[in-house]
Amino acid sequence: MSDVVLRLAGITKRFAGLVANDAIDLELRRGEILALLGENGAGKTTLMSILFGHYVADEGQVLVADDAGALRPLPPGSPHAALAAGIGMVHQHFALAGNLTAIDNIMLGTEPLWWPRQRGQAARARLDGLMRASGLQIALDAPVAGLSVGEAQRVEILKALYRDARVLILDEPTAVLTPQEAEQLFAVLRRLAAQGLAVVFISHKMGEVMALSHRIAVLRGGRKVADLPAGAADRAHLAELMVGRVVPERRREPMPPGAPCLELAGVRAPGLEPVDLVVHEHEIVGVAGVAGNGQAALSGLLCGLVAPLAGTLRLADRSWPTGGPAAVVAAGVARIPEDRNHDGVIGDLTVAENAILADRRSPALQRGGVLRPSAVAAHARRLIEAYDVRCTGPEQPVRLLSGGNVQKLILGRELERRPRLIVANQPGRGLDVGAVAYVHDRLLDARERGAGILLISEDLDELLALADRIAVIFRGRLGPALPTETLSLPRLGLMMAGHLDDAA
Amino acid sequence: MRLEPRAHVEPWRAAAAPVAALAAAFALCALPLALAGADVLAAYGKIVTGSLGSWFALGETLARATPLMLTGLAAAVAFRARLWNIGGEGQLYAGALAAVALGSGLVSAPAVLLLPLVLLAGAAAGALLMLGPAWLKLRLGVDEVVTTLLLNFVVLLFVSMMLDGPLKDPLGMGWPQSPPILDAASLPKLVGRGRVHAGLLLAIVAGLAVAFVVHRTVWGLELRAVGANADAARFAGVPVERTVLGVAALSGALAGLAGVGEVAGLKGYLTQDLSPGYGYAGIVVAMLAATNPLGVLVAALFIAAVFVGADSMSRAIGVSSYLANLIVATSLLTMLLAGLTLRWRVRW
Repeated sequence: MSDVVLRLAGITKRFAGLVANDAIDLELRRGEILALLGENGAGKTTLMSILFGHYVADEGQVLVADDAGALRPLPPGSPHAALAAGIGMVHQHFALAGNLTAIDNIMLGTEPLWWPRQRGQAARARLDGLMRASGLQIALDAPVAGLSVGEAQRVEILKALYRDARVLILDEPTAVLTPQEAEQLFAVLRRLAAQGLAVVFISHKMGEVMALSHRIAVLRGGRKVADLPAGAADRAHLAELMVGRVVPERRREPMPPGAPCLELAGVRAPGLEPVDLVVHEHEIVGVAGVAGNGQAALSGLLCGLVAPLAGTLRLADRSWPTGGPAAVVAAGVARIPEDRNHDGVIGDLTVAENAILADRRSPALQRGGVLRPSAVAAHARRLIEAYDVRCTGPEQPVRLLSGGNVQKLILGRELERRPRLIVANQPGRGLDVGAVAYVHDRLLDARERGAGILLISEDLDELLALADRIAVIFRGRLGPALPTETLSLPRLGLMMAGHLDDAA
Repeated sequence: MRLEPRAHVEPWRAAAAPVAALAAAFALCALPLALAGADVLAAYGKIVTGSLGSWFALGETLARATPLMLTGLAAAVAFRARLWNIGGEGQLYAGALAAVALGSGLVSAPAVLLLPLVLLAGAAAGALLMLGPAWLKLRLGVDEVVTTLLLNFVVLLFVSMMLDGPLKDPLGMGWPQSPPILDAASLPKLVGRGRVHAGLLLAIVAGLAVAFVVHRTVWGLELRAVGANADAARFAGVPVERTVLGVAALSGALAGLAGVGEVAGLKGYLTQDLSPGYGYAGIVVAMLAATNPLGVLVAALFIAAVFVGADSMSRAIGVSSYLANLIVATSLLTMLLAGLTLRWRVRW
């Protein structure tokens, strides 16, 4: 039964001077889950876009099994042909019309436009069958705009199944999901694979790749550098294959905590129950929790976006600055925002302008309100060099930088001031292995230097590796920060599900 | 077809884009010109000679460009901060009203004092008029497009009331017009008895000043940060509300100055048809210049030349001068498209 349903043969794609895919061969069998692993820019998305007909390969061929099981070449450059051949794709950014209902979105494109609308009992019955078989439950008549991200993704998958997909491609499907939603997705994919669907799963997260897939293909620099059964892979080896060198996974070394540098006692803010928390110098305190349990309120409070309603906040030797973000920055708090492109940088401004945005009034950078261009550029160049920001120079607009380089720029801007306290919200989210290691490295350096760090993260591996103590946040209530040594993954999982007290 | 962002724009491409856009606009407008019965080449020739071909024509173009530069700057600086000021027309009239109220005899002072006072009053009137909508936007989330647009009509009616009431010229033979502005409150002519007045210098200086402020100062950085991403600006500690109010005041003041220039430099008194829509045309100027302050000066000259030239063409050839609107509108579209091709690469 392990017949080949898809074969990519010698796919090469060049973009002006850059080889995005270099003679890639890939095979996919019925009922198989293949993980396509690689860093950002390794060529995963290009390869899948060629398969789906968005791009035309410069060389090579895509072969798809027809109904009889014989491999036939797929006409290049035609998403229609790909759909007709049974290839379904779920993009990272969903292609759904928010104002239509789930069933309308699924039917869209399957009915002729000039025909009266059908979506009668037949379609519903078929979708009900598909939902039962796959375990994907959605409310068919709910407008898509009101669905959660996880539900919208289920609509996308159902849409592909409704069109008789035999090969399902998912581009970074877990990037937008909570760990719980990701688990549900994995269960669905396993079930679908068992029913014969072939799944290509694009990711750069090694943990989920190893947990889910049967086979792992690793891309690096446009080449396929490995193709191995999932059972034969281990994390360190995969990381090395992806990055091309050994990635040292640095963990914190024990260090006696210093004086308190952040103290919260009975602090209330919208979306938070009274918070008690102390962060010491030389200490990383982690905040674990499923997204949407009050992390945004907590970081908004500590970033100066929201004023506390009651309770006392103290920094090391002074009271909490009132007067918004500028005052918090001036008091020596570094802030790494959760959504770096939305809050951290301004894409249309240059690297230099972003680098000085929070410090724009410092006397070194301006005189009488007029910026000193040479000082600004020099400051930016210093950050670019010290924090290894890959860009063409201080004048490049930030929107052209990759996610990892944006994060390095933010780190540079925030850490260059030698902050006493660092509030880092999801600092590694969406970054590739190398960049995550870099971010962790810099945070641990700051801890050694004496900074106190509040690390809000949904990535438990990250928390267990970095944090000295971990507190769990659930429905706006922050639990006590417990020493990391006393915590285990299952216990954290229980606490994140709301069993704060039982687990203690 | 897909758009890919360009990482780098070659200088030749940046230079060629506006030229190509203009050529395309003129090519596209050839058809309606021909349909109107004109000899296309002769018509375009008339537009050029009628706007730039003589000292008189050039003076007319410069006089027409003066208010466009100021209303263009008003729109450009507001749009940079994502504040959609569509009320340039009303602010222009508010500025003109303040100028005649103060400069037609209410206050008498030597020119060195009176003229700056009148300019200041006009700018302040425009600024105050724009602060209201900005405040409503910040406090109550009222869409400033609606409020600024509707205020244009309110101001025009208010001007009409004033011109038929307290500000009516007793010697005006019953026409709804203000008393003439004093000589001491007038902007001097630049060339003899022509129509070009010191307002042109004022507009150019304003353009240079706005360019400096936007690109070289801390406040300009805050303004651009707020416009490009207000959330990130707030996160970085930029006082977003204060910046928006400052931008609103600056934008309104620039449009108000345009009104002062028209009464104190050109007409000498205020009527209800002081402006043939300079406030609205300023929006087109700002878009054409991609909100670049120095570009606004050039775009204002271009639009003024097309309007003046098309007037002259319609008189000489006998086609409708509305074709000028068509040419301006088409060049705006082609310019915007050209701007897109600078930012994005089209792949098939």
